[in-house]
Amino acid sequence: MPDSALDPESRTQQLTGAQLLIRLLERQGVTHIAGIPGGANLPMYDALTSSSIKHVLARHEQGAGFIAQGMARASGAAQVCFASSGPGASNLITAVADAKLDSVPLIAITGQVPQAMIGTDAFQEIDTFGLMLPITKHNWMVRSAQALLEVIPQAFEIALSDRPGPVSIDIPKDVQNELITVDTLPEPGKALPCPVLEEAHVEAMLTRIWQAQRPILMIGGGIIYADASQALIEFAEKLDIPVVQTFMGLGVLPSDHPLSLGMLGMHGARYTNLVLEECDLVVGLGVRFDDRATGRVAEFCPKATIIHVDIDHSEIDKIIPSALAIRADVGEVLHTANFMLEANVRPVWRNRVDQLKQSYPLILDGENELFRPYGAIKTIASLLDDSVNITTDVGQHQMWVAQAYPINRPRQWASSGGLGTMGFGLPAAIGMALAQPERKVICFSGDGSLMMNLQELATAAEQDLDIKVVILNNQHLGLVRQQQTLFYESNLSAVKFHAKVDFAKAAEAMGLKGIDLGIVDSPLDELKNALLQPGPWVINLPICETEMVYPMVAPGGANRDMICGASA
Amino acid sequence: MTSKTMSLLKLTVNNHPGVLSHVCGLFARRSYNLEAVMVRPVAGSTLPRSRMWLLVNEEQRLQQLIRQTEKLVDVISVERHELAGSVFEQTEEFFV
Repeated sequence: MPDSALDPESRTQQLTGAQLLIRLLERQGVTHIAGIPGGANLPMYDALTSSSIKHVLARHEQGAGFIAQGMARASGAAQVCFASSGPGASNLITAVADAKLDSVPLIAITGQVPQAMIGTDAFQEIDTFGLMLPITKHNWMVRSAQALLEVIPQAFEIALSDRPGPVSIDIPKDVQNELITVDTLPEPGKALPCPVLEEAHVEAMLTRIWQAQRPILMIGGGIIYADASQALIEFAEKLDIPVVQTFMGLGVLPSDHPLSLGMLGMHGARYTNLVLEECDLVVGLGVRFDDRATGRVAEFCPKATIIHVDIDHSEIDKIIPSALAIRADVGEVLHTANFMLEANVRPVWRNRVDQLKQSYPLILDGENELFRPYGAIKTIASLLDDSVNITTDVGQHQMWVAQAYPINRPRQWASSGGLGTMGFGLPAAIGMALAQPERKVICFSGDGSLMMNLQELATAAEQDLDIKVVILNNQHLGLVRQQQTLFYESNLSAVKFHAKVDFAKAAEAMGLKGIDLGIVDSPLDELKNALLQPGPWVINLPICETEMVYPMVAPGGANRDMICGASA
Repeated sequence: MTSKTMSLLKLTVNNHPGVLSHVCGLFARRSYNLEAVMVRPVAGSTLPRSRMWLLVNEEQRLQQLIRQTEKLVDVISVERHELAGSVFEQTEEFFV
């Protein structure tokens, strides 16, 4: 055996599969792993103690998955979570599925029972490969320590390439313990180059835009993932085209940008959806025409032709046939276009858009009252600056925040868009705070959602992170209550929490600070104090259960048919 | 079997465990109609490859189906083929 101890990269060394795994993860630049140990991943945790990687012990594997997601959404880098076999793996499922629908590079690594016991219904055995298969970009069952040398870099490559997404790697315990002699370690996996862009396609797109009288840009998460927000702003400004953002695209344009029409779709402003009724060209950039954005597809932008730019070929023409499609990195398309285009102004169309904006504004009912949803959100925003990161859970509070909080930079905003997972907000906030400890994180939640991963308050306390969980507390599953009110003749069914939870005390019990603004003398001062102090806080803010998210398009309805409530 | 709405797809895929699950799982979860499957390792290939012949009943969504199939990591290529003389026609007698 040659002595090459001076060259650590080519030193022949004997490692266990678990040690090799940790070594490969270090080489990928992984600094934190969120997870929970158990019987089938003990060797991984044994190897982890001699690593530079910091482990974040979650209180439930779903929490671990969302902590990793929070880190990935904030940073754009692929992030890792660990779980054991059986219930450990099945508890991860929701976080992995959530990452699939929102295109988040998450790497879920699970322990499995030894290969000799697979198929015997062994203790804590489940078919993790089969369960992860439909909710990942790709997944593996690793059958030898040798295979890790190929699988781990490939996992990062797949998670980060083209449209990002989750992968899962299931490693039987005997593979983790297998001794392997390694000469050289493989290069870390990274995103592959995107397909070559043909300039003729960009020319064709620009020609159609020049021909259009009333164009709109519809932009989504793809712009953020392509790191193309500046290019998009330049493109929109030079061509003078108003921009609608999907839920996932919030933050690409500063909320007060003159070309921004905010969010479209089910809870979009009236003018936003009405502009789409009149436009003659929609340029979809890094979007997938989700049903929450389009409403009834047959009636989406009835006068418009569609241009669709997306890196995922299978999204092209999936929902809406396009007159022109470009399968490419949206950032490259925008950079190329910005170089080629001639600047333009559209005073007639811009005037019409402004007219609609004035006639059908977004009404934020109660925006000056602290104990009203929009008022609470606006007050909190006024006490903070754009350096803070924002997460939400899922429900009414999520939509109020999407409508009213000024999300002004890409990756400032992390929320469960596609899967709509209640319980996302708190662990995702932990992940964002771990990835960017210099930034404060505000997690807007509801009393329904927070309970779905409440245990992660203990994790937040343990890590002593600067997280503020703001509960807009209506003692109800508010968005379900809203739908029952609007679409089931107010036949309220199973939406009220009769037992009142004291969230401030629950927070204190888990080592955080807690405050209930509903019972203090100076709620505004107390809110300010809690928000501006460092460290984890839970802030309970009572609101009335009859508050509604308006406008609302009925599920399956056309976007022009907005329910606007008494305020409109 | 050889109805006008049927299409024949020839897939070249990696030959290792789980590949059939990835392909059939995709068809199941996107509710694409899969009428018949024939899979064998590619004879004489230096690489571990299998050939999958798929008979699908998806006229409207065929392009979408092909694009989704092409995204699978273990799928190396997807080609459309004529129904006439296909492996399914030639093996009809085994399925009576």
